[in-house]
Amino acid sequence: MKRIVPIGPYHPLQEEPEFFKLIVEGEKVIDLEINIGYNHRGHEFLAQKMTYDQIPFLVERICGICSDSHPYAYVMAVEDAAGITVPPRGQYIRTIIGELERIHSHYLWVGLAGHFIGYNTVWMWVWRYREPLLDIFELIMGNRNHYAINRVGGARRDILPEHYGKIEEYLDLVEEKTHMFTKAVLDDPVILARLENVGVLSKEDAIAYGVLGPTARGSGYAIDVRKDDPYDAYDKVDWDLIAFDEGDILAKAKVRLLECFESIKIVRQCLKDIPDGPIAARVDEIPSGEGIGRHEAPRGEVFHYVRSDGSNMPVRHKIRAPSYMNIPSNAVAVRGYSIADAALVLAAVDPCYCCTERTVVIENGKKKFTGNDLLTLSRQKTEVLRRRYRR
Amino acid sequence: MANAKLWGLKKSPWVFHVAAASCNNCDIEILDVITPRWDVERFGIVLVGSPRHADALLVTGVLNRKSLSRVLRVYEQTPKPCLVICIGTCTCDNHMFATSYNVVGPYDKYLPVDVYIPGCPPKPEAIISGVVKALKRL
Amino acid sequence: MKKEYSKEILDEIGALFANASVKIHAPRRTYISVPRDDVYELAKFLFEKKGCRLSIATGIDKREGIEILYHFSHDPSGTYYNIKTVVPKDEPTIKSLADFLPAANWIEREIHELLGVKFTGHPNLVPLLTAETWPEDLYPLRRDYADEHEGLKIQKSVEER
Repeated sequence: MKRIVPIGPYHPLQEEPEFFKLIVEGEKVIDLEINIGYNHRGHEFLAQKMTYDQIPFLVERICGICSDSHPYAYVMAVEDAAGITVPPRGQYIRTIIGELERIHSHYLWVGLAGHFIGYNTVWMWVWRYREPLLDIFELIMGNRNHYAINRVGGARRDILPEHYGKIEEYLDLVEEKTHMFTKAVLDDPVILARLENVGVLSKEDAIAYGVLGPTARGSGYAIDVRKDDPYDAYDKVDWDLIAFDEGDILAKAKVRLLECFESIKIVRQCLKDIPDGPIAARVDEIPSGEGIGRHEAPRGEVFHYVRSDGSNMPVRHKIRAPSYMNIPSNAVAVRGYSIADAALVLAAVDPCYCCTERTVVIENGKKKFTGNDLLTLSRQKTEVLRRRYRR
Repeated sequence: MANAKLWGLKKSPWVFHVAAASCNNCDIEILDVITPRWDVERFGIVLVGSPRHADALLVTGVLNRKSLSRVLRVYEQTPKPCLVICIGTCTCDNHMFATSYNVVGPYDKYLPVDVYIPGCPPKPEAIISGVVKALKRL
Repeated sequence: MKKEYSKEILDEIGALFANASVKIHAPRRTYISVPRDDVYELAKFLFEKKGCRLSIATGIDKREGIEILYHFSHDPSGTYYNIKTVVPKDEPTIKSLADFLPAANWIEREIHELLGVKFTGHPNLVPLLTAETWPEDLYPLRRDYADEHEGLKIQKSVEER
């Protein structure tokens, strides 16, 4: 018998309002209907009434997590239409910020994924090491989010040489911690049990739905704008494309975690090679024409199309965020799995280890366990679980 | 003690987070506030899963035509008295979306708002200070 | 490190579609204008034969009609092939791509509700973004929207209350 399980629009697990209608037979999901529009603000309509210099501030408020990606793609669309060449220092600055943003966004996702499977330890942990990066953004650009580094013709602000050291320091920290998370997340039997072979998206479906970014790369569909159509400093640095063939949630998690290492690599090379000089080209007027800008955001390719008629406002500005292509593919990825997996997850927490090193359990004024004792206990428990699930 | 109900609300407010049409940044900053660096859970402030358990609503993002009726319904489900805390410039005055065809806000047209916390997004310190101000007023 | 741009696909299009006119804006940005009836076949050719991925479609309200662009991305060479066509405003219909290309499903619904283009053969042409109370014949991305319906906005929000 078919039944309908509604999720949303306001649901404790969702950050944003969206409505999923799960059509289930018993425990099994047989279909999914997605209803969006709770977040529609009419950016394309507003952009037609704004000047070219105002629009970067509008488009970065499309999404707060990838607030560098939309202005990045937009300025490249205008530069394509007007044939503007960006000075090398501006290119490097944009690349550095783009990659730092990828680290912050992937960290955010890993944390939220931990939260969704009821594993708040991962969430707290990962977000703790995301904070210093926001401090660096504040140091360079004056705001923790929505930092407006892009402008038509180059970068809006310079990265001062005395800040290079801070960035390098953070990269060392983040490299060490990413190693730790990769091990902790990918060796954990509980997380593996929840993620492996769940929500498989085949390569054929990935192509038909046109999915992008880590979602595509986790399904063996290795597309990345930074490799396919290199821009700014991406063809001057050495890095690898991460892709897996499995298509399950674990593969996507692996792509995201391993991509952090690639981003660290790119930023390090950029900081070493960054040339001196102006950060932005002078832009006098935008001639009539049309342009396409594409940037590999943390979630996939961001696409902007700008049509100009020679005035100071665009005639049409089309915005396509990567999730627009990725969300419809949920309908095939979720089919055949249980409700618990589909919602990622309403079910109770699987037992897991608590291992914040500072924890001390005190009973009747006496220390009962120290942090290290708890760590040992949690490791023992993980071993028990690993044996039980034979991993 | 003027009002026992309000006094009870003061100690450890449970909050429910409603995002209308927001850009996610205020939402992320709200979650940031409960992660280790700020850790408001030590004051007993907890994000709850249902509006029926909430003492305060944290609202973010502009109101649009589709989310308006849903937000009002969430507010109706909360036990009264319930604080409404507007986070972000969008909630206070629609920010740069005021001329859009799909935006109907701001919130104080429809709900009794107690605190406005402007900023795009407000810093975690600002969010904490705003919530504290709301509690002091009780 | 950059892959080479190839003209093969454009030559094949020129041979297959006599009415197509090609404009190369930049090495990796090409625009192909075709009449309305050729769009379906050309899109099918790009997707099935050449392995292009549908990135998105754009609708633009112009004086001579509503212009629709389908942006196809050819990832091995990093090139965008943009199919351009114009549908007249008095009869804004075009054949839907959604039957062989699920990626076109949402964007066709969006263009239908924001610009009023009818996609024939679309499986589920209902509004995607706007509210249930939004009037059916009101298209916010059309040029005449802003002048005619400014007053309606305030009225409607009061009604909903």
